[in-house]
Amino acid sequence: MAKMNMIQAINSAHDVMLEKDKSVVVFGEDVGYFGGVFNATEGLQEKHGIQRVFDTPIAEGGIIALAIGMGVNDLRPVTEIQFSDYIYPAFDQIVSEASRLRYRSGGEYWAPITIRTPCGGGIRGGQTHSQSPEGIFTHVSGIKTIMASNPYDAKGLLISAIEDDDPVVFFEPKRLYNGPFYGDPKQPPQSWEKHAKGEVPDGYYTIPIGKAETVRVGSDLTIVTYGTMVHVSLAAAEMSGYDVEVIDLRTLTPLDIDHIASSVCRTGRCIVVHEATKTGGFGAEILSQIQEECFWKLEAPIERVAGWDIPYPHAFEWEYFPGQGRVLDAIKNVMEG
Amino acid sequence: MAPNNGNKLNVPAPRNRPGEAPEFHNLDIPDAGAVARPDVMMDPKEMFGYANSLIRVLKMNNKAVGEWDPGLCADDMRKGLYDMMTTRIYDDRMQNMQRVGKMSFYMKCRGEEAVSVAQAMALDDKDMLFPSYRQQGLLISRGRDLLDMMNHCLSNSKDNCKGRQLPVMYSWREGNFFSISGNLGTQFCQAVGWAVASAYKGEDALAATWIGEGTTATSDFHHGMTFAAVYNAPVILNVVNNQWAISSFQGIAGGEKSTFAARGVGYGMPGLRVDGNDFLAVYAVTKWAAERARNGGGPTMIEHFTYRADAHSTSDDPSKYRPEDEAESWPLGDPIERLKQHLIEIGEWSEEKHAEAIKEITALVTRKYKEAESYGTLNSGERPEVSSMFEDIFKEQPEHLRRQRQKLGV
Repeated sequence: MAKMNMIQAINSAHDVMLEKDKSVVVFGEDVGYFGGVFNATEGLQEKHGIQRVFDTPIAEGGIIALAIGMGVNDLRPVTEIQFSDYIYPAFDQIVSEASRLRYRSGGEYWAPITIRTPCGGGIRGGQTHSQSPEGIFTHVSGIKTIMASNPYDAKGLLISAIEDDDPVVFFEPKRLYNGPFYGDPKQPPQSWEKHAKGEVPDGYYTIPIGKAETVRVGSDLTIVTYGTMVHVSLAAAEMSGYDVEVIDLRTLTPLDIDHIASSVCRTGRCIVVHEATKTGGFGAEILSQIQEECFWKLEAPIERVAGWDIPYPHAFEWEYFPGQGRVLDAIKNVMEG
Repeated sequence: MAPNNGNKLNVPAPRNRPGEAPEFHNLDIPDAGAVARPDVMMDPKEMFGYANSLIRVLKMNNKAVGEWDPGLCADDMRKGLYDMMTTRIYDDRMQNMQRVGKMSFYMKCRGEEAVSVAQAMALDDKDMLFPSYRQQGLLISRGRDLLDMMNHCLSNSKDNCKGRQLPVMYSWREGNFFSISGNLGTQFCQAVGWAVASAYKGEDALAATWIGEGTTATSDFHHGMTFAAVYNAPVILNVVNNQWAISSFQGIAGGEKSTFAARGVGYGMPGLRVDGNDFLAVYAVTKWAAERARNGGGPTMIEHFTYRADAHSTSDDPSKYRPEDEAESWPLGDPIERLKQHLIEIGEWSEEKHAEAIKEITALVTRKYKEAESYGTLNSGERPEVSSMFEDIFKEQPEHLRRQRQKLGV
């Protein structure tokens, strides 16, 4: 066991898999010699060689197409899209190609590729370095979408993603890279040092894709969330005075609806929280499925807490960010009507 | 409006439209044999001339001439001819069956048979093919059973794509033939990825991919060219310039400003421009590019200068956008006729043998088609199991798909 932040945990997942499996190759913009703009691949080229960890041209569509072709030729490519805000030029290759290759070829070909991409705001990134586009990908059949909220999960889930024979889009909330973030920018930054999920095994381990985790047990209401908002929700839960259960989805699709439904059917109340914009967001899907599974057990309408339906504005970051106050308001609404 | 200062919006238009006579006298077509064959490892910087000329072997008097003559034996040429004829007869039959409602859609490759058949012959079976939708000759040359091709087009119970793909979007893993997408150009850089993996593994196999000249306008083209050049990938990047992208002539894709082959030079790779209706020339340039790639020389782009002699697909009528007799006026003739006449010229074929071959292939296609129909068509008979439509989304079926399948009651 070692203390790792999320970057180190992600780096370690790469390192373990490069060591374990000769078919693993890692590439993306600036990921080679430089080690990536967030240092997620630092030192890997030096250790594993330039043919296994290398830089690519600035062409996200080309990066994913390259990965698909390599995957068809028995490699296991791990790609980095530098910011999830830059993923759109690769959209066709992800949505029309990687996700449907197995299907359209009747199972003859598939794309065992991993697409890592930092997402989310709270880092003064402005509207082109802060987006959370996961809902665009959760709508697509044939890809798995993951968003980890801590170092331990990030490493275990990334290893699972790399070993998975289907395409995985792996979102990394960059606000969490160096420490948990509870939603209040005025508080000094926290590190993973003292957090239980900052304890990360050095070697190989996996966390199964498709399994949610209850990170706080409670009986009054269930908060369903993922990514940065796990920590914000936990903080709001502490402050609320209610006995709040918090579920960290970890995998968005395939969604662990059974885990969610068993909690919500027990508590009878639910809030869905994400940082992404509200309309058409993944929260709408979660809410809808909960309604299908738990309607007769519900004591109150389900609430959503999400980003406003606007681009992430640089100077109004904290007015955009769905912080503790908005989660607390929602808890109050759901509990008190 | 401001006074005209000389700026004028330019929207390219073809020289002739329906009702007008086709004219191709503006085309600059060098004689067969006029272009030299460079060393396979020649520096692309010295090769610009090849991108602006036209490599030809077969003269219009049916003789094979010049340094590019691959010196194929008669048996190989007869195989090429036979496979091209099979492709055409197969196409005609399938189009007719589409017309009577047996399948939803079809796309012929009339006039372009040499591109796929000669290239398949020039490559090794281990080489991976990333085609577009108009290279059915690759399958035929590599020995795909016509029955399997038909089963796919009919979306019947033996369709290896399990009824999920539009007709002609074949997939054949055993034959190293990649699944055709239907979204234009997406395979171009994927082929580069496959080739990069081959180099990574230290293997000898290369990749070849095909797009039309219209698709050179996509970002996928640029990605493929850039990544191939950057990683020196063992890949052959084919642009089939058949003059027409549905109703848009090649000028809409930028063909009036330079040749498509010239784009290769800009990326630092050889751009060879070849008479796509000349079986021997297509074979020869493909061999050159393959040898270069296997020797570590990296990618080659080939522009196949040809003509789409039929509609884009069963969904368009070319008489609405181009002169009706334009195909017959194409100055570089028909690929099947030219190879046939060459074989006759050298005493290795005859009109009688040709007629006999047509009969034989037609009978084969008819027999195969009858058998294929016995396994169902899109609208009648057996289909793949309906429940199979929920499979292959992922390697293992997740719970929500199992539940959706149950909801459908299958």
